[in-house]
Formats: sequence, C-alpha cells, structure tokens
Amino acid sequence: MTTTEKTEGAPGAAPQGGKKTGPLLEVRDLHVEFKTRDGVAKAVNGVSYSVDAGETLAVLGESGSGKSVTAQAIMGILDSPPGRVAGGEILFHGQDILKLPESERRKLRGPKMAMIFQDALSALNPVFSVGNQLGEMFRVHQGLSKKDAKAKAIELMDRVRIPAAKQRVGDYPHQFSGGMRQRIMIAMAMALEPDLIIADEPTTALDVTVQAQVMDLLAELQREYNMGLILITHDLGVVADVADKIAVMYAGRIVETAPVHELYKRPAHPYTRGLLDSIPRLDHKGQELYAIKGLPPNLLRIPTGCAFNPRCPKAQNVCREDIPALHPVTEQDGTELDGRGSACHFWKETIHG
Amino acid sequence: MADATKQAEQAGQAGAPGQREPILQVRNLVKHFPLTQGLLFKKQVGAVKAVDGISFDLYQGETLGIVGESGCGKSTVAKLLMTLETATSGEVFYKGQDITKLSGRALKAVRRNIQMVFQDPYTSLNPRMTVGDIIGEPFEIHPEVAPKGDRRKRVQELLDVVGLNPEYVNRYPHQFSGGQRQRIGIARGLALNPEIIICDEPVSALDVSVQAQVINLMERLQDEFNLSYLFIAHDLSIVRHISDRVGVMYLGKMAEIGTDTQIYDYPTHPYTQALLSAVPVPDPEAREGRERIILTGDVPSPANPPSGCRFRTRCWKAEDKCAEEMPLLAVPSLYEGEDTPAAHESACHFAEVKQVVGAA
Repeated sequence: MTTTEKTEGAPGAAPQGGKKTGPLLEVRDLHVEFKTRDGVAKAVNGVSYSVDAGETLAVLGESGSGKSVTAQAIMGILDSPPGRVAGGEILFHGQDILKLPESERRKLRGPKMAMIFQDALSALNPVFSVGNQLGEMFRVHQGLSKKDAKAKAIELMDRVRIPAAKQRVGDYPHQFSGGMRQRIMIAMAMALEPDLIIADEPTTALDVTVQAQVMDLLAELQREYNMGLILITHDLGVVADVADKIAVMYAGRIVETAPVHELYKRPAHPYTRGLLDSIPRLDHKGQELYAIKGLPPNLLRIPTGCAFNPRCPKAQNVCREDIPALHPVTEQDGTELDGRGSACHFWKETIHG
Repeated sequence: MADATKQAEQAGQAGAPGQREPILQVRNLVKHFPLTQGLLFKKQVGAVKAVDGISFDLYQGETLGIVGESGCGKSTVAKLLMTLETATSGEVFYKGQDITKLSGRALKAVRRNIQMVFQDPYTSLNPRMTVGDIIGEPFEIHPEVAPKGDRRKRVQELLDVVGLNPEYVNRYPHQFSGGQRQRIGIARGLALNPEIIICDEPVSALDVSVQAQVINLMERLQDEFNLSYLFIAHDLSIVRHISDRVGVMYLGKMAEIGTDTQIYDYPTHPYTQALLSAVPVPDPEAREGRERIILTGDVPSPANPPSGCRFRTRCWKAEDKCAEEMPLLAVPSLYEGEDTPAAHESACHFAEVKQVVGAA
C-alpha cells in the first residue's frame, strides 16, 4: 500500500460528520415514474433515506422494487424519457441536486459521487483498453495528459490489487476474469475519491469466493476514504456482512428501516419477516421453507392501501384501504428505537407479537 | 480405473438411504473439448478439460447436489447425463445399462426417463408456442405416454400439479412471471413421468421470495412421484436445504462428496472449507464468530490445469507433494475405519476436518 493514511472511520460506529450539518446524502419523498404504452408505471413512490460519510446503507428489495431506479435518480442517469422524477428532493451536502442544470450534475458524477454497476462486462466499453477507460476520469475531470492519466490508471489498478498492473493496463475488458473486471469497476468509481459510492448489486454475477474478495476490498477502500456507500442488493447474506443500516423496499416504497442487527433479530414488517424466513440457511438444515405467497405487484397496477396486502398473512381491511406511513418503531414501553421504522399498520404485533 | 469404481461404490454405501440400488452410476466420466488451430486443416492444440474423470451414484428418490464455482464443469456433467454431449470416455449406467454407448431407439427410451429443468426460464421456453404446446411437446416424441385424445387433459393435470391454473394452456410464456415460467419448465420435465430430473440452477434466476415457492414445489413433487434429482447450483445454502448428498466440484474433478451433514458440518477438503466460509450468512450475530477463508486469485483455466492437485494454486495447505501427486477421492487415512461424519471421501493429501459453518 502506497497511499497515505486517511481518517479511519471505524465501521459500524456512529458517523462522525459532526462538523457539517446534515447527512452526506438525503433523499426526501422521491417519486419516479415511467411512461409506458400501457400507462404510467410508478417505480418509486415517496422514498426517503439518508447516508452519512463513512456509513453503509443497504437497500434491499426484489426486482421491480425500485431500488435501482432510486439510485439512478440520485446519480442523474435515469433514462428520460420514459423515466421522470415526479417529485421530491435529493440533498447532497445540503444542496438539492435535482434543481441543478445537467452541466453542474455532470461535474458531480465522478469527483463527488460514483456508481458501481452489476455487470462489469457490459458496463465497460469493449473497444477501449481498461487503462484508457480508467484514465478517462482523470483526462476529463482533471485535464491530465494521456501519459499522466495512464500512470494514474496503473496506480489505481494497483490499489484494487490487480496483479501486474503495469503489464495489464493496455488489456481489454474481455481479457480479465469476472472478479478482476469488477475490481476495475471499483477502481473507476474510486478514481476521483468521491464522497459517495452507489454499488448496484456489485457481486451478484460473481462466485462466492470471488464475491468475498470483492466485498472485502470495497469495505476496505470505504474505510480508507471515509465514503458513504449505498449498497443495492437482494441478497440478505451480503447485507448482514457489510451494512450499518438497512432500508427494505417493496413496490417503490420503503417498508422498513433498521440498523442491521435489529432487522435480523426483530423484523417489524411482515414482508421483511417473510423474506428472512424464506431463505435457506447454510448453518442449519430447515424443514419446509416458508414461502411468501403470490408475486410482486405490477407497477402499473399497484394494489390500493398497503402494496403488500395481497401477499400478507396479516392483512385486514385497513390494509386494503389506507397506505401505511413509515411509523417510528418503539419498544413495548414506548422507548424509541433509533433509526427504526416500519410501514405496516400492525408493526406492533409484528415486532412484539 | 477399477479402484476408482470401487471407491465410488463405497461412496454410495456411505450415503445410501437404506439399501437401495443406485438408479444412475457415473464412472470416470470425462469430457474434453478440443482446442483447434488453423482454418482448413484443423489441428488439435489442446483440450479444455471440462470434466476430467468423475464418479458418483444417484439413488432412487434422493437428491444429489452438485456445487462448484462457474467453470468447474457442473453444467457439462448435466449435459453428459442427458447425452446432449458425447462423453470423451467413461460410463454412465442407468439401471445397469451404459447410456453413453446407446443410440437410436434405445437412447430415446432412456431419455424418456431422464429429464431436465433449465436455469433460465426466459430463454428455455419457446416464445411462439403456447404453454399447452410446450408441455405437450414431449408427447409428440413419445406418443406412447399419452394417446392423442388425452393430451390436453394430461397437460392440464400437469399445470395443476405444478400449481398453475389449468385454464392457462392457451397462454404464451411472456404472459407469465419468472417463477411461473419455471413452473412451466418443471411441468414439461414431468410430462413423461421420468425417474430422474436433472436441474441445472433451477432457481438462481428467481427472486428470493419466489425461490422458496419453487423449491417447496420441487420437494413436494419428489415425494409425490419418487423422483431422483441431480441438483446443480452455485448457491450452497439452497443445495444444503434440498440435498441428501452433496458433491463439491473443482476444475472438472470431484473434490469431496458425502451427505449434507458430512459436507457442511465436517468438511475435510480445503476448497469446501473456503467455499463454505465465503458464503454470507443472513445473520449479523453469526458472522462475528465465523472465520472467513478468503481465497486469492481465480480458478485456473481448465485448458491448462495445475499439475497434481488442481486446487493447490489457491490452497493454503499446499506443499510439494500436492504439485507432484494427484490426490485420489477417498476417505482420508486420518479417519479411515472410524465412525465419524468426517469419514467421507475427499480428494486431498492433507484432508482434515475444519468446521467453518457455525454449528446448529
């Protein structure tokens, strides 16, 4: 390791952004919709979450829950049209970036916030060498010469522990293995030392042994640069390993938020509970798996009331009529549980019952 | 060759549920894909050793899980058992008959009893055929199973068995969700009343909440029709859940094979230990006590595998012996003759139990 030591934010510890007011990123009541031939698909319906420097927020959800669309809206890379931010605010360092002109947002992407995509093979350009693609960050944003940018690219590849970086800087994406390509994606996101990284299913396409390597690397770099990390995933196992806090999404809404230990111990939403019960465990052999009945809803026709009600074992009439707000979750005696919320009319019964 | 067969027989006895006859016996199965050079006069310059001598038994009514990283040859094994690929050498005995040597009518008869469920429910169903046609197509090839007049009724029965509405026979695949499509794939696999179903990553393309539904369905069908499953997957938690016995593959070889408890709670092969320790457990409390073995590097190319033990390039126990001598798949001498769960077959010179999954 050749880099200088930076502030070592202890993982899991309380965020230490005490000097600055407010969190690094705050999403407030975000709405995103897509116009389709069959009508308007409401992909995100009022999502709010925040991330501090040095903190890892995991956004958990199934396909179609709106977790990736939220991230694209934050980055400003939403396909529009057909996509459109229909309401809400995204505060980055206290400034609403949705109001910025595109040229200003472009200056944010790279130096201030960056994204790691799931499929490294399709996220990297096959006709340029990886050194060229890594160096592009420095050429475009910092105006470095080709030669200097290449030197920086080699340095970056060293950082993410690609063996023989100097020889491989001219190689093309297809010449790397899946794990190595994902490292290059990480290097690219880290290049300008951004404050916030969004990782969208960074290890889903990888084998478990490689997945462990990549997650370790990501956690280490995050500590070193004290970055905020939003980890988007559907894998409850990966989340348990790295996240500080979790937001569970369903049909474009956040249905539960909680610190990581709390969520697994005492879920306060029937959907979260169902998810936890439906995954087979490596460390014990269970009987029949609990299966959440039915399917995730069609975003063109989200059920009235709580979107989860057709699949929920606890659904009552009120669930079919009223959309539950994200209630703060408390202990039985009323003491508030920090950072916990549940969008269920019957959260009390779910957590305490 | 002969002693490999004997070993495989021992493996069978160790994990055999009762005194059942194996329905499928695989012996020293090898598949090399030739690498050629030159356009007109192709000459072979090497071979990708996708499957390089593996042996195992599959018993009636049991599930044998095969796990391994991508490129270890597990899907090639599936194709060989289906005789979709011709084996380079080795035998596959189905009820005592070597199916790798069969052709024509005899092969067709055997294939009726060995069916497959594919990984991707989006590409394995023809988008231009209705569900009724997809599930009914096997009857065109094997008309003896269902006479023409009966077919529609039979298809509707199958839909009902896999938990779909029988009235959906005239719908097309795009009108179904991923989980429902996988049910259609399973119904097609069941159409000919097979004895063996080979499942190649059947749930990895599905959402978590839907995975559980499909796994429960597969377990129910197994009980109902006394099916034998060869369950190929990379998700170790799912394999543990569904399997009676588990085989771990690495670069075309079997690294370790045994019952699910033997493999998961008493792994003796370093590769199995590393693989298990890398699986994230959905429980932040459990992670604290766990030791993680993080392997360095990637799987070597199967075109040019390391000498001796194939895992030695990534193994922390590797010594000179590992480069020179290929370890055989056998009960480790340390545990030979002992009655412990550690006494199962493992292809390592230094096999020793190391518990990596928190005891349950």
